[in-house]
Amino acid sequence: MSAPAYYLPAGLPRPVAEPDGLDAPYWEGTRARELRVQRCRACRAWQWGPEWICHHCLAFDLEWAAVEPRGTIYSWERAWHPVHPALRGHGPYVVVLVELPHAGRVRMIGNLLGDPQQLVRIGAPVEAVFETHDDATPPFTLVHWRVTR
Amino acid sequence: MTARSIRGRVAIVGVGETVYYKHGQAREPEVTLALQAILAACADAGIDPRSIDGFASYSNDRNDPSRLAAALGLPELRFSNMQWGGGGGGGSAAVGNAAAAVAAGYADCVVVFRALAQGQFQRFGAAPPAATATGEAALTFPYGLISPAQRFAMRVMRFMHDHGIEPGAQRAIALASYHHAQNNPRAVMHGRPLTPEAYDESRWIVEPFRLFDCCMENDGAAALILVSAERARDVRQRPAYLLGVAQGSEYRNAARGHNAPTYASSSFTTVAPHLYAMAGVTPKDVSVVQSYENFTGGVLMSLVEHEFFTAEEANEFLRLDNLIAPKGRLPLNTSGGNLAECYMHGLELQIEAVRQLRGQSTNQVPGARVGMVISGPMVTPVSSMLVGTDDVL
Repeated sequence: MSAPAYYLPAGLPRPVAEPDGLDAPYWEGTRARELRVQRCRACRAWQWGPEWICHHCLAFDLEWAAVEPRGTIYSWERAWHPVHPALRGHGPYVVVLVELPHAGRVRMIGNLLGDPQQLVRIGAPVEAVFETHDDATPPFTLVHWRVTR
Repeated sequence: MTARSIRGRVAIVGVGETVYYKHGQAREPEVTLALQAILAACADAGIDPRSIDGFASYSNDRNDPSRLAAALGLPELRFSNMQWGGGGGGGSAAVGNAAAAVAAGYADCVVVFRALAQGQFQRFGAAPPAATATGEAALTFPYGLISPAQRFAMRVMRFMHDHGIEPGAQRAIALASYHHAQNNPRAVMHGRPLTPEAYDESRWIVEPFRLFDCCMENDGAAALILVSAERARDVRQRPAYLLGVAQGSEYRNAARGHNAPTYASSSFTTVAPHLYAMAGVTPKDVSVVQSYENFTGGVLMSLVEHEFFTAEEANEFLRLDNLIAPKGRLPLNTSGGNLAECYMHGLELQIEAVRQLRGQSTNQVPGARVGMVISGPMVTPVSSMLVGTDDVL
């Protein structure tokens, strides 16, 4: 059995939840192939990144809502210079910032799958692709994006 | 002078720096560099180092004021201050904090300093050696979004998209710094001119930044001496009076995972109006600008946000001829700045602003009376400041 095909080479820092548990539901959600963001039970405002208080109404009463894992490209970059030893010799890769219009226009970061030299268009529709790293200790899942037609 | 303004109350009377080294090449320990710069600034001002009674710095400078005070044998320490925030966003704020201490009477003679010997510590431009990432870093590092250049490229990309900014705009900013460095013997890139062709052929670091859009990393130290306006009259050098200082950032700028509502900005949209209001000047009054180049796109946005031109005018305004001393419309980074003089975490820009007002720049703008320094675009908090000669008070 061949090694799982990941977008970026192995060896980059692994994501772990914060010691106080603030973002643990997000990372647990990715393991269940869910994209979760915070939503205030009191005023229904969306919130991302996570915080213990609602920035809109100041209630300490936030829930985690699974949202449809689709959005549009808000911005992007193509990285060439390897800033981490794991990236040496890998070549360019694309990072995208994806806006979720149906979830308060919060934004998510991920890699854009496909040709790393592809023409990237701000505003293009994208859908999430969950990249599971079951072999990691502890296991984790990243959320990438690919352009939809 | 209004009661709640620093305008005209405090002056920078001494500036000093060490030899500026390429990254990792300083043989002196970092604290020695700090001490050398402080003594150089005292000598420049013609004051006894033992008259220092306060210190201000930023970006978690490792050289603790209590240690410096002990090392220098200061009779007493009355003020020690660290501006929150990473990057170079605190450069002007540290000057503002020092000036506030002088104006309030907390201290009489405050040093603003920054020392960096990155060869002896962790580099800014390389990933920290950790197997895991948490918090903000967990949302970015696993996707290869790690370094400062990578952190800011998407802000600039969106700004360029929104306003139709062409590559020539960033290029002109890089060329201006290198142009000025050729007249500045202190500059690390002195004798290393940059041509438009070499810029265009340089490798991508992360689109939209090429190699020459990105600051150097260097070793060295820089320091400034601040005293009250009254005391400044007795000092050897022509004082550079603070006209205004402002720091901060927009609504929820630090929302994690690139969720700042005002994303395509250099974080100055709320800060710059406070600066002008306090200083009582307009963009037209500014003779010369030193704008922190972490990346040229950050300079571009910060100049727009300080209202030197609109985003729609950027392609036309940002041409080399407009940006160089002595005759450009807006001489920019006249020492060579972070790109070509030294990445002294931006504090070399404050020194250059002072030299311009004294008539001591190696790229002098004739009759410079008001100088601006813009510190650390795109981080939070950012800061900027205006200095002026006595005849603008």
